[in-house]
Amino acid sequence: MSEVVVLGTGMHPWGKWGRNFVEYGVVAARAALADAGLGWADVGFLAAGNTMRNGYPGYVSGSTFAQALGWRGTRVSSSFAACASGAIAIDSARAQIQAGRCDVALVVGADTAPKGFFGPLPGVRPEDPDWIRFHVLGATNPTYFALYARRRMEAYGATTDDFAAVKIKNSRHGVHNPNARYRKAFDAAEIAESPVVADPLRLVDICATSDGAAALVLASAEYAARRADRDRHVKIAAISTVTPQYPNTYLDMPDIGTDSAAGAALPERSFRDSIAHAAFEEAGVGPADLSLAEVYDLSTALELDWYENIGLCAEGEAEALLRSGATALGGRVPVNASGGLASFGEAIPAQAIAQVVELTTQLRGEAGDRQVEGARVGLSINQGLFGHGSCVITTR
Amino acid sequence: MSTADVTRVPVVEGYFVERPDGTGALVGGKCEACGSYFFPKRFSFCRNPGCGEPGLIDVDLSTRGTLWSFTDNRFAPPPPYPASEPFEPYGVAAVTLEAEQMVVLGQLARGTDVSTLKAGQAMELCVEDLYEADGTVYTVWKWRTA
Repeated sequence: MSEVVVLGTGMHPWGKWGRNFVEYGVVAARAALADAGLGWADVGFLAAGNTMRNGYPGYVSGSTFAQALGWRGTRVSSSFAACASGAIAIDSARAQIQAGRCDVALVVGADTAPKGFFGPLPGVRPEDPDWIRFHVLGATNPTYFALYARRRMEAYGATTDDFAAVKIKNSRHGVHNPNARYRKAFDAAEIAESPVVADPLRLVDICATSDGAAALVLASAEYAARRADRDRHVKIAAISTVTPQYPNTYLDMPDIGTDSAAGAALPERSFRDSIAHAAFEEAGVGPADLSLAEVYDLSTALELDWYENIGLCAEGEAEALLRSGATALGGRVPVNASGGLASFGEAIPAQAIAQVVELTTQLRGEAGDRQVEGARVGLSINQGLFGHGSCVITTR
Repeated sequence: MSTADVTRVPVVEGYFVERPDGTGALVGGKCEACGSYFFPKRFSFCRNPGCGEPGLIDVDLSTRGTLWSFTDNRFAPPPPYPASEPFEPYGVAAVTLEAEQMVVLGQLARGTDVSTLKAGQAMELCVEDLYEADGTVYTVWKWRTA
């Protein structure tokens, strides 16, 4: 199959800007096209990630951005997979290129997020598991993050100091990222003053909800080879958008009960392990090959889970890996050199795309003060609720 | 809340039963062909890809299990959670059911001190009031230490 490369990246800075999400997405799209040295007229396919809280334009994001950039008859797709929406959009664009249906595709994700807890869509909808968990249990997203965090403490002896160390690390990285919403280095004393939202997690352990946008210009390797800027091209070596294997016995948002293992053998790998595994298989690389990783730190504690899921260390050893400094800038395999969600907050359909923007920037050697020296292989990973895997591996 | 003139209604239909003695049980679906359980049942068929039986039977799930993890919520969630005024923090527990080989969430019984809990300890199901509106008490299943 044709190889697909990243020709251009663009972002609108994360923040709480209070404008229409389309404004951000167009800024990011135009920046990505300019970075690629191309125009909207060169785009054969537009893939966008949907946002659920901005009315109908958010549900038809592909045509929303096509109209905003100016109708040109461009074919579009609009994907929703919660936090994994961006990865589905990237995968959709890649498939069009691989199928030979276009040379150049544009991927866009943008969001305008409400303040505070995410809630379900309005109305009385007992058939919707997302509505049920809020109405019946008051189980917010931080409730789930806290259950996972407490599980690490109970199973592996993690401490709240370990969680704080993740925040300190990522906040120090984010200081160097002009697109980050929070560019402030936290220390342990400040974290200790932050109110507990859901024990053991404090407000600063949990990612905020943000406005922002990210975009990528993808092209076939054949098309890219004709470009003058080949030394800036980064290859998409793998995209994993796997769903779980039955029975998925690890508690997963927004469900209030897991699958039962009473009628079927457990799968070889947990869902989160399987997301990374599929990407490693496709790329033909392993965890030891990674120069850096962008993982979805919805909470500080969750970053530690990801270390194990992507094979940076064995189960239960993430705290030791963190403490060794291996995952900080300057370490063996920096994690969330961008600053992560700790520094960005979550702009849902943009986030998986933003992760790939960071990988591309790093592999190009254009990350400035947060540059990972000699970066050649990068992995980004996240998980969208309702069973969506999202993992991209990029290589030089 | 045992006064006869107050109507007690489960906050969601078909998820659990409350017995006159105040105990209760979660109601799940069980596939008689492969032995899988489903909670909530949600659909009429088995979702084990190696089975796919068209029918499930309703069964009471185990009322005892072991604590997998736990937390509390110290800030009021958004609607549709029926938060009290003033807001009353509540705990949430994830409990492993041995026979069903699954984990089920529930709020912790009112008054449970989260700081005393340990993963692996025995828990049991109970039924408590969640909120009251227009003379009706809406009930929910909860987990309490056994």
